[in-house]
Amino acid sequence: MLSYSVDDDILTVFIKGELDHHTSSGLREETDKLIDRFSPIKTILDFKNVTFCDSSGIAFVLGRYKRMTAGGGILELTRLPRQVATIFDLANLGSLIRIT
Amino acid sequence: MKFINEANITFPSNSSNESFARMSVAAFVSQLDPTVEELAEIKTMVSEAVTNCVVHAYENTIGLVRIRVQISDSRAVRITVKDTGKGIEDVETAKQPCFTTGSEDRAGMGFTIMESFSDKLRVKSAPGRGTSVIMEKKIIKRG
Repeated sequence: MLSYSVDDDILTVFIKGELDHHTSSGLREETDKLIDRFSPIKTILDFKNVTFCDSSGIAFVLGRYKRMTAGGGILELTRLPRQVATIFDLANLGSLIRIT
Repeated sequence: MKFINEANITFPSNSSNESFARMSVAAFVSQLDPTVEELAEIKTMVSEAVTNCVVHAYENTIGLVRIRVQISDSRAVRITVKDTGKGIEDVETAKQPCFTTGSEDRAGMGFTIMESFSDKLRVKSAPGRGTSVIMEKKIIKRG
């Protein structure tokens, strides 16, 4: 469900597939393990290959945002497909988190 | 409203069935030739309603989720998602954005999303007697 790259204290997590309640728990665990392992200054979540996302995706992002900012870090979102952007807009995530 | 076609799907509330549920409803609705956006909205509405059954109605138990999809002669789709789980004490509070009785991995945005994507949403629920969510959405005729 994910792959990653680390460069200059920036962790990029590439998420793949459908993000719903069923898949989000595994994704959450794996992402948090990477954050713990690399202690990045910035984590970027890349949604380019996400084919479906519901409110579980909002909770996933908010949880990672809290985790990163609690340690003084930054969370960014990038390459949102239109369906994902629509869902995140409903929760107004853009007011809290930088989306590129 | 006159319905001219319908499908019924019943499955246990395993979270692995969330994907099956939204894909099945989308497949049935496809006969109306919806746009990619309309289909994505329908999938999301179904996903939210079914996730509520899995997470809230039946919590740590497994119960049956029943979905009825009806198509009217005016291209309206009515989706009814029904459980016989614990029910909702206060529907209006449950519908508020960011309200959740779930754990921190829930956003409390389910009803907000269902309301945004449907033309009409009704919730029938009573504590101990389950919940029915009825959503309607018209598929615009193209071309």
